[in-house]
Amino acid sequence: PPSLHHKTSGSSKESHPRAVNVDLQTDATLQVDISDALSERDKVKFTVHTKSTLPNFKQNEFSVVRQHEEFIWLHDSFVENEEYAGFIIPPAPPRPDFDASREKLQKLGEGEGSMTKEEFTKMKQELEAEYLAIFKKTVAMHEVFLCRVAAHPVLRKDLNFHVFLEYNQDLSVRGKNKKEKLEDFFKNVVKSADGVIVSGVKDVDDFFEHEKTFLLEYHNRVKDASAKSDRMIRSHKTLCLMETFFLFVCRFFLKVSELFEKTRKIEARVAADEDLKLADLLKYYLRESQAAKDLLYRRGRALVDYENANKALDKARAKNKDVLQAETTQQVCCQKFEKISESAKQELIDFKTRRVAAFRKNLVELAELELKHAKGNLQLLQSCLAVLKGDT
Amino acid sequence: MLIKNCEPLVRAHIEAQVSLSAQTIACDGMNAYMAYKVTTKTSLNLFNRNEFTVKRRFSDFLGLHSKLASKYLHIGYIVPPAPEKSIVGMTKVKVGKEDLSSAEFVEKRRSALERYLMRTVNHPALLKDPDVIQFLESTELPRAVSTQALSGAGILRMVNKAAEAVNKMTIKMNESDAWFEEKQQQFENLDVQLRKLHASVESLVCHRKELSVNTASFAKSAAMLGNSEDHTALSRALSQLAEVEEKIDQLHQEQAYADFYLFSELLGDYVRLITAGVFDHRMKTWSKWQDAQVMLQRKREAEAKLQYANKPDKLQQAKEEIKEWEAKVQQGERDFEQISKNIRREVGRFEKQRVKDFKVVIIKYLESLVHTQQQLIKYWEAFLPEAKAIA
Repeated sequence: PPSLHHKTSGSSKESHPRAVNVDLQTDATLQVDISDALSERDKVKFTVHTKSTLPNFKQNEFSVVRQHEEFIWLHDSFVENEEYAGFIIPPAPPRPDFDASREKLQKLGEGEGSMTKEEFTKMKQELEAEYLAIFKKTVAMHEVFLCRVAAHPVLRKDLNFHVFLEYNQDLSVRGKNKKEKLEDFFKNVVKSADGVIVSGVKDVDDFFEHEKTFLLEYHNRVKDASAKSDRMIRSHKTLCLMETFFLFVCRFFLKVSELFEKTRKIEARVAADEDLKLADLLKYYLRESQAAKDLLYRRGRALVDYENANKALDKARAKNKDVLQAETTQQVCCQKFEKISESAKQELIDFKTRRVAAFRKNLVELAELELKHAKGNLQLLQSCLAVLKGDT
Repeated sequence: MLIKNCEPLVRAHIEAQVSLSAQTIACDGMNAYMAYKVTTKTSLNLFNRNEFTVKRRFSDFLGLHSKLASKYLHIGYIVPPAPEKSIVGMTKVKVGKEDLSSAEFVEKRRSALERYLMRTVNHPALLKDPDVIQFLESTELPRAVSTQALSGAGILRMVNKAAEAVNKMTIKMNESDAWFEEKQQQFENLDVQLRKLHASVESLVCHRKELSVNTASFAKSAAMLGNSEDHTALSRALSQLAEVEEKIDQLHQEQAYADFYLFSELLGDYVRLITAGVFDHRMKTWSKWQDAQVMLQRKREAEAKLQYANKPDKLQQAKEEIKEWEAKVQQGERDFEQISKNIRREVGRFEKQRVKDFKVVIIKYLESLVHTQQQLIKYWEAFLPEAKAIA
């Protein structure tokens, strides 16, 4: 498909799904958004727009162009920063993926000969609308990531973040090569195995013990719900396409009024809204709950290190050898653990608040949209019926 | 069930109206069978009374069709097709039970038989046919001997048969009548559109069923998520969401059933109407007339030769044969003109009827969609306060 130039404006509700991230202080000191985006053959270019009164920046308002890899670089730099071990790192936005949509458009092109010009145009319009929806979603996901960082009291001050926002050249971060991807893979394997060991250690602190149990189960269930909601909405969208085709064929037999066709458009909107309010919500909290789990893992790791340091100190004292070194190590581990624990507690409480608020907002909006569309549909269908019945 | 009892398909301009109700007859020592009470209301003098009821079995309907087909098909009447023994099957989709004892099956058959009779009775010539009158009126009916029912034929098979029939017409006819050429083309086109509609409905039903399965699956998953959520109000809301999705799944299933039922019946009826092959018969009639003309020519040539052969007996015979074939030629021409006239009239009726029939079905379909939307509104309106209650 040709390049889609997509302009996101501040007033458009759809392009700003702060839906998934509610409690964002619209702080005058730092406001970030994605003001524009361009989809090219194999990449998407995001225009990151910043407004800030902070002295750190040269200007009060400026924009740069960033690609997906640069977002990932920023995210990874947070993860690797020891100072941030006690925070829930805002999850990285997913890679823009238009493969499925492109495939559908290609299949449509191949099947062009077997359908009428009108049918082809109709289907093409629907698939292009789908492509545009995916595009808008990826823009939203990237924007939410930046907003979460900007809203975080500590992360917003991060130097890499400022460079990301301000440096108007290419950051020259390339995607990970094969070797690095393999390293990542092993790191994750070790982490998962480690995670098992660490979570086996019972926590003295009731709060963290509860959080561990809760998050483990919750994360798995969100994963399942996310996958199932995805499948459900995808089959809903396919059904809409089928209904469009069905309508085409019906037209031969009866002059079915345009009203009927409008109901099909509403149906497609239902699927799109379900996607935004339900599927995207679940996907986002799948990623955030993973980030929360990662935090617990880091704390657990720090606890294990602390306990090991304690044992080492006891041994050193018993043998009266390298005591000073053992004491220093123990102190460092203790500080690290306590620092993480302190901020982790607040982060996890905030996570719950955010989660509940986001679910509330989205479930309410979902119900309201479903109602709006159903009522619209109902009215159209009843008008259509009135016309057909009166036509005898 | 979304489908209300079938209203008779045509109301306007009919002089008789029939309605059917089903009842099971139990026989000692034998299996129970289904009998149908056929009630007729009419103002025609042909009948003894204005309103009367008889009992008929499925085989009786098939017998009636068989008789009508043999009497009228070859002179160009579009005789309503016989009802099928099994529910019109779609090749890919199995919806509902085919169990003979199930209420659904009984209702479908009753409805199909009612449609069949209404079509027959709506045909001005068939209504006056003695076999039809006897069927509607007499208390006792001689058991039908050989009932040609199409048992379990998939629609697609029938549609393919129709296509074959059209293609196999080896008789080359000099079509001087543009009307017939045009109509034949239209019928072929109709056949193509019916096939498309069939494919499209099957696809629709398939995908709706898939959506139903996925919705049910998501409902379960949402319930699980609600269970593990530690915020009380949110947990409850998620459980409610799961319940809503379960109910929506039910709606999808009912809608899929409606899609299938409404359109498959209609498609089946029309495919079988088309395969009646009126144009075929006209060609055969024309062919017979042409053959007679050829024969007449031969006889004339033979007679001419005999003029110089001095065989007075043979000459006399030849002259008689000529007379015979002249008569046959005249009859052939009359038959051809008659069948052409009949077909013109029948096709006109068919086309009007078709538009009416499809309209009825589409209205019913829209009504089922309306019902679905009304239910959806109910479910989401009940859910909304639960979502708002999350604090």
